[in-house]
Formats: sequence, C-alpha cells, structure tokens
Amino acid sequence: MSVLSKLKETVICLSAGRVTLPYPAEAKAVPENFRGRPIFDANRCIGCAGCANNCPAREILVFDVCQEIRILQYLGRRCTYCGRCADVCPENAITMSHEFENATGQVGDLHQRLELFMSTCQRCGRCFRGSTVLENLKMKGYRFDDIANERWIFRSRAYFSDPVAGDIHIELD
Amino acid sequence: MFKNLCEKMFGRSLWVYHANSGGCNGCDIEVLNVLTPYYDVERFGIKLVGSPRHADVMLCQGPAMRSTAQALKRAYEAMPAPKLVFAIGSCACGGGIWFDSYPVLGPVEKVIPVNFYIPGCPPRPEAIIYGVAVALGIVDKKVAPVEFKQIELPIPMYHPSELRGEDEKFVVYEKVERV
Repeated sequence: MSVLSKLKETVICLSAGRVTLPYPAEAKAVPENFRGRPIFDANRCIGCAGCANNCPAREILVFDVCQEIRILQYLGRRCTYCGRCADVCPENAITMSHEFENATGQVGDLHQRLELFMSTCQRCGRCFRGSTVLENLKMKGYRFDDIANERWIFRSRAYFSDPVAGDIHIELD
Repeated sequence: MFKNLCEKMFGRSLWVYHANSGGCNGCDIEVLNVLTPYYDVERFGIKLVGSPRHADVMLCQGPAMRSTAQALKRAYEAMPAPKLVFAIGSCACGGGIWFDSYPVLGPVEKVIPVNFYIPGCPPRPEAIIYGVAVALGIVDKKVAPVEFKQIELPIPMYHPSELRGEDEKFVVYEKVERV
C-alpha cells in the first residue's frame, strides 16, 4: 500500500515537470488588471486635490504656497495601490502602471512631486467648483500639509495663528 | 585562498528571519510564496530560519505596533552583527493605512534601522525577489524620484496694452503672451 502510494506520488511529481519560474532571468508579464505604482501625469493634472482627499492612506500631500501655486506630493511609502486616486481623477492624470519592482534603499526614491500653477476665480479665490453636491462636499479648500515631516494636517487652523490665516478662509474637516 | 572560497560559496547565501509585528498576514503569505517551488529562492541560497540568532536578514512585515515594538527590537538585537533589514509591504515601509491610529507606532524604521524598502500591499513575490537582488547588487533599482515644476501658465493671458484697433466693433490682440 505504502509502496503504491509512493509510486503514485512519484508519477504525480514527474508529470508536473519543472514548475519553477525563471524570474530574474526573464520576467513574467503581470495580469492585465494589475495595479502597480500610480504615475502622475503633470501635463494633465489640474490640481483639484481630489486624489489627496480620497486617498485612504493619506499619502498625497497638498501644500498651497500661495493662491496660484499648489504643490502636490505623492509619498509612495504606505501606498496600497488601491487605485482610488485614479478612479476619482477627473482628467485621468493618474494611471496605475504595471510597475511593481519598486524596491529601493531610500524611501525618497518613491516620491513624486508636482508644482502646479492654479488659475483662480477672481471672485471667490478658489480654483473651481465641483459639479455635484457630493463633489462639493469632498472639496477642502486651501490646504497646508506638513511636507517636511510628511504629515497630513486635518485641521489647518491648529497650525496657524489667527493673524496668519485671518485673510483666507480655511475649511475644517 | 580559503577566504576567497568562503566568500564565493557563502557570501551570497542569506538566511532570512521572518518577523511579523502586527501585519495582516498578507505579506507573510507572499514571503512564503517566495519560498515555494514556483519562486524557488533556495536556488539563490536564501533559506528561512526559525531564530533571529541564525539569521543574516530580517524580513519585517507589519507596522511597529505599541505591543510588539519591544519584541521586534529584541529580535533585531539578537541577530549577529552584519545584518540587513528589509521592510516588506506598505505597513512596514510607511505604517500602512492605519498609520495614525492608537496601536500603530508607525513604520518599522521608528524602532529598528531599515536598509531596504519593498512597497506594495502586498508586494508580488517577484518584487520581493527583486528587492533581494537589489540588496545583493545583482540588479539596479528602477525607481527614481519624480519632480515636476510648471514654469509657464498653461492658459494664454491677454494684456490690454496690446490692444489694436480703436473702432468699437473689433478688438484685436496683437500677441498672446504666455506668462
């Protein structure tokens, strides 16, 4: 009985053949719907910060230097490649690429930083308005995330004394 | 000569210790997947060991948690001196989605020094093999920081001083300047 089972096992193993993938020598193509590192297309980005508002890992930081210049910084370290930013982007500026070989010795290699000009409305000072109520709810106005310490700031008022932020209206979460 | 022989034979055989400090087990399964016959890393000499005292490399999964940080630090200190630490997965690299919650201290580099980062949630087994290859110096890393700065305003601007034609029917701008 045991000999028979051993023989059976041998037959199964021999019929399976070699299964080890020759990975480092030749790369196997990833599936079509695989989501890798998000790539930000700066020429398409309008700086609406919808990706930053929808990122579950709070991974995309927004810093408004002044009314016209906005810095978008993607950190990339705790990104789960969920693809929500690409889903919500109205201009399809974010594509989930097939890159998965992101191993690096320095975390700074994963950063992507966009510095964008914003053309603002002369009346309200904002850049644009969402088309639906839901989109309006998602908008957070001006944001001053802590780019140096890579932190998302939930309540901007806590970080600015009143005279600094007095002339501009900062929305709270 | 014996030293050279040793370097040739044992220099690239890494023994890895696999430390999970509060991850969701996704990265653990990928690491074990690397050891299966499909992505057989034992052909590179990489072997999983059960004790940090035998290990050269520590594979960290999961963020540094309030409850396990001390144990992680002790396991790191138990490893013999030439040691590498790999942070595997987005939790170990950056703290994960729940990086700002109470039990999570943050990335593992808050507790122990990290040498290599393999982001992903979870990273593919190929990505882990690639990270090990980067650490061994077999391949170069592919990622590089991207920095983009817009210099020109993408919308054309019109200056009233360049108005031509005084009659009220037509207003012609002589040139469009991009600012």
